[in-house]
Amino acid sequence: MAKIKYIEHNGKEHIVEVQNGLTVMEGAVQNDIPGIDADCGGSMSCATCHVYVKEDWYNKLPKKEMGEDDMLDQAYEPNSSSRLSCQIMVSDDLDGLSIYMPEKQV
Amino acid sequence: MIKTDVVIIGAGPTGLFCAHQLGIIGLKCEIVDNLDKIGGQCIELYPDKPIYDIPAVPECTGEELTNNLIKQIKPFNFNFHLNDRVQELRKENESWIVKTTNSKEFNTPNVVIAGGVGSFEPRKFPTKSAEKFDGKTVLYSIKDKSIFKDKAVAIFGGGDSALDWAIELSSTSKVSLIHRRDEFRGAPASVQKIKELSEKNKINLYTKYSIKDVKGNGSLEEVEIKSEEGESKTLKADYVLGFFGLIMQLGPIAEWGLNLDKKTIPVNTENFETNKKGIFAIGDICNYPGKLKLILSGFHEGALAARGCFKYARPNEKYRFEFTTASNTIKDRLGVK
Repeated sequence: MAKIKYIEHNGKEHIVEVQNGLTVMEGAVQNDIPGIDADCGGSMSCATCHVYVKEDWYNKLPKKEMGEDDMLDQAYEPNSSSRLSCQIMVSDDLDGLSIYMPEKQV
Repeated sequence: MIKTDVVIIGAGPTGLFCAHQLGIIGLKCEIVDNLDKIGGQCIELYPDKPIYDIPAVPECTGEELTNNLIKQIKPFNFNFHLNDRVQELRKENESWIVKTTNSKEFNTPNVVIAGGVGSFEPRKFPTKSAEKFDGKTVLYSIKDKSIFKDKAVAIFGGGDSALDWAIELSSTSKVSLIHRRDEFRGAPASVQKIKELSEKNKINLYTKYSIKDVKGNGSLEEVEIKSEEGESKTLKADYVLGFFGLIMQLGPIAEWGLNLDKKTIPVNTENFETNKKGIFAIGDICNYPGKLKLILSGFHEGALAARGCFKYARPNEKYRFEFTTASNTIKDRLGVK
């Protein structure tokens, strides 16, 4: 279980507890947090669960697997702190994680 | 005006199998899809990725699945209307009049929406200033490459489309290729070629840059690019091309009064009809308690929706359930003895 803070582009914060084994994307979708679309349902086939993770946490997350950066090329305004939230698996280690939403997903 | 029993919106696996079920029970259908090819997400997003959860098929790719579904409906000779999108849906007496972007019109008692997450459209530049040049000098696909001859062309993207066009146009145009990181997802041979062309100054390569602004009085003159550190450069450009892949947009479906809930259409689970008589929704786009976004669920939904279509297409006939193994009528429809 990890407490995750989802921060919308307008600054509105949502703090929820997400079960281990779910992804950060699922944590948002299951809790009706706006800003993450996840059109493809988590198969790393779209880029609509794009989030930014600040440096302190970015380096602590499991590294990107092959293909995630290719998908991120197609996201809205990606940068070096971009991740696809469907590829971040929640574990106890992620307790206290903050993620920032882009202005929009498409 | 094309008169038919059913119009299917979306040529993905769900739409294709629904067409099969319609053919089996003796109904005609017309299939419309915005993409230029059949297969939907399977062919556009993951043609090479293996799928492991199609019943009785331990492993197949999106492309193989699509090809098999096409083969399965071949006996029925249904028409596909590709590169076209349903724009308008209107009720006229007991029929639906369906109009497409290419001005095709259908008259049908049934519409089956198998639209996935919407239609695929090119992802556009995030910069507001690019909008006024959209379709003229800011482009997301190329129809006539001769317009770029001797022009300055700025190409954005790191996939095959961006690389292929940069290579192709570099012989006749002044090409700049701009990509947000220094790795490319295009084919390794193309990446190699781009590096060679860059070393020979045939292409100006800018990696770790993205678009900031496009400028021009009346016509496009220059494009400003920025690095993540905030450094910016201005490049002369007659044309700006963006190749960022495709995104899925619900589009006009949202305006048909179908009580959308989070981009999905609520349906009943008896025949997958929506709140409107004769409009059905199946596959990823439909929503009901327990809905799973699996291809196999789409197949089931399509089979039941097809039976739902029967009562409006043949109001004076009684639908009779038959097995393909035993029915001579079905065997005739399939053209098998």
